[in-house]
Amino acid sequence: MKWSEFFTSSIGKKFVMALTGIFLILFLIVHVGLNACIFATWFDSEDHGAMFNKAAHFMGANWVPRLLEIGLFAGILLHIFQGYALEMKNRSTRSVGYAVKLGNRGSKWYSRSMGLLGTLVFLFLIVHIAQFWVPSRITGLEETIIDGKPYHDLYRRMIEVFQQPWVVALYLVGCASLLFHLLHGFQSSFRTIGVVNKRYMSLIQATGVAFSIIVVLLFALMPISMHLGWVK
Amino acid sequence: MEHYNMNLTLKVWRQKNNKAKGGFETYKLSDISSEMSFLEMVDVLNEQLIREGQDPIAFDHDCREGICGTCSMYIDGKPHGPWHANTTCQLHMRAYKDGDTITIEPWRANAFPVIKDLMVDRTSFDRIIQAGGFISVNTGNAVDANAIPINKDDADASFAAAACIGCGACVAACKNSSAMLFVSAKVSHLALLPQGQPEHKGRALNMIAQMDKEGFGSCTNTGACEAVCPKEISLENIARLNNEYLGAGLTVNN
Ligand code: SF4
Ligand code: FES
Repeated sequence: MKWSEFFTSSIGKKFVMALTGIFLILFLIVHVGLNACIFATWFDSEDHGAMFNKAAHFMGANWVPRLLEIGLFAGILLHIFQGYALEMKNRSTRSVGYAVKLGNRGSKWYSRSMGLLGTLVFLFLIVHIAQFWVPSRITGLEETIIDGKPYHDLYRRMIEVFQQPWVVALYLVGCASLLFHLLHGFQSSFRTIGVVNKRYMSLIQATGVAFSIIVVLLFALMPISMHLGWVK
Repeated sequence: MEHYNMNLTLKVWRQKNNKAKGGFETYKLSDISSEMSFLEMVDVLNEQLIREGQDPIAFDHDCREGICGTCSMYIDGKPHGPWHANTTCQLHMRAYKDGDTITIEPWRANAFPVIKDLMVDRTSFDRIIQAGGFISVNTGNAVDANAIPINKDDADASFAAAACIGCGACVAACKNSSAMLFVSAKVSHLALLPQGQPEHKGRALNMIAQMDKEGFGSCTNTGACEAVCPKEISLENIARLNNEYLGAGLTVNN
């Protein structure tokens, strides 16, 4: 069997989706952990975003996170393109549809809507990257002095961006889409890479639900707290 | 259970042949007994159609006792009808009440082309089995059944997978028309036993290659197949098939 045959078979394609999916899940842990530093001001009133700005600085400071960043963009693109390719192929397998649909009697609506949910997350990502990643890495940001050293003031940028109600609304839609995408995707990716063991599978399912809810709640809390002035 | 009679309206997919454009026809049926099976009800309708000089509805059936996997009707949006873990032939009219309207469609998937009315061509499943759903043994005297000790849990799991009757309801229910539940049952019942080991790599690779060639979709683990399977084949088998396939695909030496 050639590698090309392996990766273009129906299971091979799903394997790529699952591996990139798990990689993106790992990235979410880093991302949410890092951004949760904005809540440091709740515990230290002198913080003013210093902890977050330092953490964000680290992510661009040396070649290790930089290299991972390239891997991340590659992973996202692969996940998106492969996802659309699969969705299109799967949609082409039934030319004449049913008059009466099985619908929710057989599966969860979000399990059947991964393409749609993924598209919403993707659209959100475009805005999100333009709002934060581009200024911080390419076009530049205002600087702030922490402990005598200059840092990009990404924290200030967040507060500014989240003053607009439409941005907060957009982020909440993004979060909701991510929640349902993860609720299916987390456990599905482990099934796809072949986890058969019942004990591990029930562990994975429970972890998946907890992970999806906790991560998404933390993310959603960020624009909300900044908009409402809970984090200043 | 109390016996009763009912009047029904049936909306049935009619299609002359594979090339023809089909459509729904509506039929009225009266005095259907609650003790009839669903297929007997269709038999009554067909006799009525024959008496009226019309073409009877073509549909697949054979054993009529839930073991052969031939019957295949998509009834009110669900393969094999409303009952759980049940085949069309084992569905009984006590599931319905007077005045009900029942919509019957064929399995829909490009890999299962309609032959006529409610009959579809499922030979794609046969070709998948031929690609690897077997073990090679020498002819001669039957080997002693207990010659190789087998762990009870594995034997039970294998037996549960072997219960698949190849009806294709899983494909009919799947939004991707994926045949993974069927293939996973056929791979699992052999992969779980020592007798299935010598050929296990080639089996997974060849059966999936054939499945892809037949035009079935990719599995996205929605679980619709498991929900409608008359033999309650578990989604766990799909994970096992993935495991078998990836294991083979990443390690074969040619
Ligand atoms: S897995 Fe279930 S639904 Fe699919 S062919 Fe076998 S018995 Fe039918
Ligand atoms: S006719 Fe044999 S299973 Fe229904």
